[in-house]
Amino acid sequence: MGDVTPLPGTALFRSTSTGSVPGTSSPSPGLILGVETSCDETAAAIVERGTTVRSSVVSSQVDLHVRYGGVVPEVASRAHVELLNPVVVSALEEAGLDRHAPAIDAVAATVGPGLIGSLLVGVSAAKAMALAWDVPFVGVNHLEAHLYASFLAAADLEFPMVVLLVSGGHTMLIVMHDHGSYGLLGQTVDDAAGEAFDKVARFLGLGYPGGPLIDKAAVDGDAAAIRFPRPMMDEGLVFSFSGLKTAVVRWVKEHPGCSSADVAASFQEAAVDVLVTKTRRALQQVGASSLCLAGGVAANSRLRARAAALADEVGVPVFLPPRDLCTDNAAMVAAAGWWRLQSDGPTPLDAGAVPSLAFPIR
Amino acid sequence: MARLIVPGDVVLLIGELGAGKTVFAQGFASGLGYEGQVTSPTFVLVQQYEGRLTMFHSDMYRLGSLSEVADLGLVEIGVEGVLVIEWGDFARPVVGSDFLEVVIDLDGEGRRMLAFTPVGESWERRATLLAQAVGS
Repeated sequence: MGDVTPLPGTALFRSTSTGSVPGTSSPSPGLILGVETSCDETAAAIVERGTTVRSSVVSSQVDLHVRYGGVVPEVASRAHVELLNPVVVSALEEAGLDRHAPAIDAVAATVGPGLIGSLLVGVSAAKAMALAWDVPFVGVNHLEAHLYASFLAAADLEFPMVVLLVSGGHTMLIVMHDHGSYGLLGQTVDDAAGEAFDKVARFLGLGYPGGPLIDKAAVDGDAAAIRFPRPMMDEGLVFSFSGLKTAVVRWVKEHPGCSSADVAASFQEAAVDVLVTKTRRALQQVGASSLCLAGGVAANSRLRARAAALADEVGVPVFLPPRDLCTDNAAMVAAAGWWRLQSDGPTPLDAGAVPSLAFPIR
Repeated sequence: MARLIVPGDVVLLIGELGAGKTVFAQGFASGLGYEGQVTSPTFVLVQQYEGRLTMFHSDMYRLGSLSEVADLGLVEIGVEGVLVIEWGDFARPVVGSDFLEVVIDLDGEGRRMLAFTPVGESWERRATLLAQAVGS
């Protein structure tokens, strides 16, 4: 706070007007504190210049959710409040920073999309820390942040890049022309791919979260045992996973006592087939120079293997997020925050959380 | 059917996995004049679409208890528009005394049977119009 008396009112104006922007003013280490509270996870991380993870702490709330079989908003927002401070302190200390006066350049937080109650916890805390430490606040789009998990530790990105963003809430093919410059190629018309994994897992009695459990069950199954439909296979770059889910449910009902492993493997093969086929089409349509997977389903081992084979076949590099950074985390938020700070500068402190924030197409 | 909808209406969609609840919601949104895409709200919990009225499309699938359903504040946000709630049987205790219940049954041959039940004064008044609209 320098020599200025830290009255709340003066701090507010100082922070919004004089926070230094890394890269545009004095040289700085480019350390961003990222905060993520949009859904299941309370997370904080320190990332250097959008690429080097100095610390990444995720206090997974999955234990709570296992009991309910899903995300529980009331539990989630209360847990975020309880967990955020210890998680931030751990992230600062693991990065070797002073927890009371860390030498960071900005605080970035997910502002949307997500649950309003959960988002507000992280956004409010991030703004408060930005004020207290007199650094800029940067609002980050959660969907864009998922891409940046794949760019951590990646030296040179090659554009145009085709991104397959697959999670519980979204399934999209995106063309990335440069940092912050995107076009939407196609998306799901009904269910997201991750949602289909979740619902099929729950229907088979495998549990929650469904994605890793299908992946695991499929290892012992025969992917060719059941020929499930590949919805909209020939129709451009749009996806549909609702019919596939229904087909699995119907088949299982008609075949009591069938092998869950075979169903899991065959379902996974159908879903991955559709994702990879559309991605190949997108790569060709765009004349892409690289491929990127992002989102929770990017942790699926079959999808990773097939995407790597596809990139090899087409002759482009592939960016795969580290498995532990596919699901929600704050390292991706800090990384995306660094790039957003370069392009857009600080986010005004009166900007709020936006539950239905769309992918930033422009 | 969407022509009968007035601000504050609540439609509960009930049916098993794959019954066609989201498909119903898609047709309903289109009936309200919304021309964009309507996707499953299972993970995001609430989505909003602007047509003749605002449609709030929600899903109880991942919620575990009534207090969590209440925490979404659906009734508050739905006052000026229409609430369409998938797995709506779980929301029944928090949506008040007036609502339309739509039960979708899927039989072994993939045929669907829809049952419409008007509950409360406002919907009972529209029962005849509703029967005409859905052709029964």
